[in-house]
This record gives sequence, C-alpha cells and structure tokens, in this order.
Amino acid sequence: MTSIETRPTDDAEETPLPVVDPRGSSPLTVVSPRPTRKRRAAKESEDRGVASPADWRRKSVRVPLGTSQIVLLALLVVAGLGPILWLAKSAITPTQDTLRTPIALFPHGVDWANLATAWSTVHIDVQFVNTLWVALGSWLLQVLVAATGGYALSVLKPRYASIVNGLVLGTLFVPAVVLLVPLYLTILHPPLIGTSLINTFWAVWLPAGANAFNILLVKRFFDNLPREIFEAARTDGAGAFRLFWSIVLPMSRPILGVVSVFAIINAWKDYLWPLLVLRDPAVQPLSVRLPTLQRAIELDVYLAALAISTIIPIILFLVFQRLFLRSAGLGGAVKG
Amino acid sequence: MTTIAKAPPSTRVRQRRTPMTWVRGGGLSNLVFLLPLLFIFGAFSWWPIVQAVVMSFQKTNLVTPALFVGWDNFARVLHDPLFFTAIKNTGYFALLALIFGYPVPLVVAVLMSEVRKWKGIFSALAYLPVVVPPVVAVLLWKFFYDASPTGVFNVVLSWFGIGPQPWIQSAASAMPSLVLEATWAAAGGTIIIYLAALTGVAPELYDAAEVDGASIWRKIWHVTLPQLRGVLLVTLILQIIGTSQVFLEPFLFTGGGPANSTVTILQLIYRYAFQNSLGGNYGAATALSIMLAVFLAVLSWVYFKATKAWSTN
Repeated sequence: MTSIETRPTDDAEETPLPVVDPRGSSPLTVVSPRPTRKRRAAKESEDRGVASPADWRRKSVRVPLGTSQIVLLALLVVAGLGPILWLAKSAITPTQDTLRTPIALFPHGVDWANLATAWSTVHIDVQFVNTLWVALGSWLLQVLVAATGGYALSVLKPRYASIVNGLVLGTLFVPAVVLLVPLYLTILHPPLIGTSLINTFWAVWLPAGANAFNILLVKRFFDNLPREIFEAARTDGAGAFRLFWSIVLPMSRPILGVVSVFAIINAWKDYLWPLLVLRDPAVQPLSVRLPTLQRAIELDVYLAALAISTIIPIILFLVFQRLFLRSAGLGGAVKG
Repeated sequence: MTTIAKAPPSTRVRQRRTPMTWVRGGGLSNLVFLLPLLFIFGAFSWWPIVQAVVMSFQKTNLVTPALFVGWDNFARVLHDPLFFTAIKNTGYFALLALIFGYPVPLVVAVLMSEVRKWKGIFSALAYLPVVVPPVVAVLLWKFFYDASPTGVFNVVLSWFGIGPQPWIQSAASAMPSLVLEATWAAAGGTIIIYLAALTGVAPELYDAAEVDGASIWRKIWHVTLPQLRGVLLVTLILQIIGTSQVFLEPFLFTGGGPANSTVTILQLIYRYAFQNSLGGNYGAATALSIMLAVFLAVLSWVYFKATKAWSTN
C-alpha cells in the first residue's frame, strides 16, 4: 500500500495546534498549517476515500463510480451554474425574447443597453454604492470588535473574562428573531445619542458588530497560539497595546480573513433588518431595493439589475474560493 | 527587627488596591480592549434580549406608556387563528426541507469525496448558489416559477412531456416550490461541511474494513456514516433551527399566500410588529418570538443531551 508512506504527513496536518505563518503571507492559510499547493497535489494523488486504490483498479467499481461522478458533474453544472448563466444571458436579452422563449439563446440579438439603463436610469448605482458602504462598515466594526474582544478574552484575560465570555456565547443560543422588535426600538430611540438612527448606515453597522460567532472563532484561534511568544514579548517590555499591534494582529490575519468573508457576505445577503431600518431608497442596499423594483420597471432591465447585484459576490467567491470553502467547512466544525 | 519590618510593606501594598495599582496592573488596558465588545454587545445584544422578555409581558405601542399585562400577549397570540396556521406551515416547510435537503448534500458529498481530478471544480459548482444573494435567488426563481406555459420551469418540463405546473400560484404546490428554492440555495454550504468532515475520517478505518473484506457499500454504511454521525446530527439540528425561522422565501415569493398557505411564524411576528394598521403590536410580536426561542432552546438542549449520550457510548 503506497498510502501508508503518506501517513506521517496526514497526521501532521491533523494536529489541532495551529501554527501560523507569522508574516501572514498567505491569507488563505486558515487555522491549520497547509502543505504548499504542489505538495498537496502530490499527496492527494495518494490520498484515499472510501474507495481504495485497489478498488479503483477494479472495473466493476471504476465504471459505475466514474459514471456517477460524471452524472454528478453534469447535475452540478445545471443546478449550480445554470440559473446564474441564465440570469447573465437574460440581463442582455430584450424583454419579449425572455418572455416568449426563455431558454432560447439570443433569438433577436443582444441588448447591452439593459445594463446601462439599470445602472444609470433606474439608478441601481446608488444602491450598489450603499451596499458597498453597508458591507465595508459592517466589516470594519466586526473585525474591530472580534480582534480586540478576542484578544482581551484570550490573551489579556482579566478576572471577569469568563463572565463576559459566557455572556457572549450565551447570545449564540438566542435566535435572531427575538432581537427583531427590541433592536428596532433601540435603533428608533437609541440610548445616549438622542436622535433616531433609522435611515443611517449605523443602524445596520452597529448590530452587525454584535456577532458572537466571530468572537468565538477569534478567541479559539488566539487560545491556540503558543503562549511563549506573548511571554517573550512581555519580557522584552511590550505592553498590552504593543503586543496587540505588533504580534497578535499580524498573526491573526488568517482568522480575520475568515471573519471578513462572513462579514462581507452577510452584509450583502441581509434583507429583513435593512428593510426595517433603511426605509429611504437613497440609503437602501440592493437587497432591499430589488423587490420593490420588480413592478416598477421593465423585465429586461429588472433582470439586468439582478445580474449586477450578483456580480460582486461571485467575483469575490471566484477570487477567494479556497478561503470561502474553508470558511464554510470551518463554520460546521465550530458550530459542532 | 529590620527583617520583620521589610515584610509588611509588600503585603500592605497588595491590600491597598488603589485605582493607580489597578491601572499599572493592566486593568485599564484590559478594559480598553474589551470596551468595543462590551459596548456593542451591551447595547445591541444583551439589552435587547432583556427588553424582549420584558416587552412580552407589556402592552406597548410607543405612544402611551408601557403597561404590564401579565400573560395577555401570549394568550392573544395563542387565540389568533393564524397562529396554528403559521405553526403548521413552518412545520411543513421544515419537514419538506428535511426530505428534499437532508439526504441530497450527504450523497453528493460522499460521491464528491471520491473524485480524483478537478475536485475544486465540483465544490465550486456546488457552492455557487450559496454565493448568490438570497434576495436575487428568490426573485430569479420567482420568475422561473412563472405559471404560464412559457415560464422557464414549465418550458423545461414540456421537454419531458409534462404539462405546465402552477408552482407558487396554488396553495398545494406553493410550499414545495419554496422549499425547492431554499434547498437549492442552502445545499452547497452543507455539502462543504460534509466534505470537511469526510476528510477527517481516518484512512486506517477503511484499510481495516478492507482487511475484513468489506465492499464499498459496507464501508460507507459501517465506516463513513458512523464517523459522520456527529456532523449529521449538527446539520440536522442547525437545519431545523434555520427552517423554523424561515422568512425570506414566503415573504418575497408569496407574501404568505395563496390562502395563507405559506404564512410562517416569522411572518406572523413581522405582521404583528410592522404590518399592523393599528400601530405595532410589539407585545404580541415579542411574545411569539419568545415562544419560538423557548422551543428552539429546548431543541438545542435535546441536541446537547443527545451528543453527550452519543459521545459517551
């Protein structure tokens, strides 16, 4: 069995201690050390799943398994890519073609003007920029709260840290819907400030910061960093701020990458909350505006607007694919 | 004498905890780093949770002062004829989502974990629907569900000789249509979670099973699935918790119709609080959300008990 020789590396990869590249040069490294791409590729060819290499050599296994994988690939293309390609096609197809022959490919030519109309006449550009603002602010606040909070709870550890940690984790068990009405009233009449936050981005940013899942992720990551580094820095005279800025923050790039993915994607996805607190179309993000456009504008322009709203998340996904997929896998691991 | 005199000052310093010693000990910087968390969670998580519990026992409309009314809000919700419709619909949604959405990601993930080449393309394709903003996905599918013979799905069905379906237009097929879209949108995330869990299955177990002469099916049944049972339970509970709070699909697809066949619990909460011509009935809305939260907390508790029992076995 050739696979036996690879065992040691397998074990090394599964050790729970996260060793992080201190320079954080690879933002794709999340939590556990990863072999480089080449070594991974070499390893994966010897890696095995349910079917052993011996199974793969047997025709009675290879043919049905290979066939089912090809069928699976075809289904994934139809289900995963199909609707998105259809949207891309319809965004530049005249309304009548989309209505009469929805599946046909450009029977009466391409209508690029749809995109321009949606962008500048329907003014999707306003909501597009709003979505960017919502995502940017939520991201900044979530990273700030998670990094400082995680650092304080895991590294500084004041005596009351366990109480705060318990209170933060406790909110994981409270479904978001419980917060809906009281949070709305808090935004309507915020304490101390005096003026309503309705129709300001703060109404979305501030509640987004209270994300216990982020704190949990970052705290666990910090908990697993080797304590010796902190001790050494303290011996060299680094204070709490210096330790945070020069040591902990550079080391926590991988986990902050995960937090960033969640923060930006969630800001892009959110609907109900911005619908409640951002009533003015001038500050609404795309998700809130799109449903109201449906009846107001022509179908082809409307579909173009839908396509424009999907572009950024898809590009982000294609660029940071490995980070996305690892974050998604991590989500399950942590929730478990 | 001098040796004795040396000892007391240090103990005296420890006893006198002035603000300055607290600052020098790092107490202030600790607090500075915790401040963002304490402020944000205090104002936008902890305080609203407390308020929710209080408000569920109050009659409040923001105009007149809040009035404690005991269990009246809960009684009101329980007497609402829509309450049981909403529970029934949410339960139906959750059940259908389990039937559609629970086995599919598992089968896909097990098959995908056997892929030798282009594994990345498989997982990217599977995850792509998750990246599409949910509102866009629902609006797109709403168009796909066009009930006319030239609707996208009806055209596809006609290729197989199946007549046009009413999809979200009829009370009978509306909910399954919603679940179909929700499954499409969510399956990718579950697939990736299963894939991550599958890489954690020790190859030694398969080797050992092979020594005993196990076939592929027996390996899946006796090695893979038992190894995944922890993750399977987690995704099951997470799915039930998620589907109990379904809002977007019924709200944007059907608005609760036709004939209230897709009104869910969250939609009822929304209607109480924000779609009320008499001003928001915040008491009823929070009472219903507290009831839902208690139900979900019981579920999480059962889940923890179950995982404990499983892990000790």
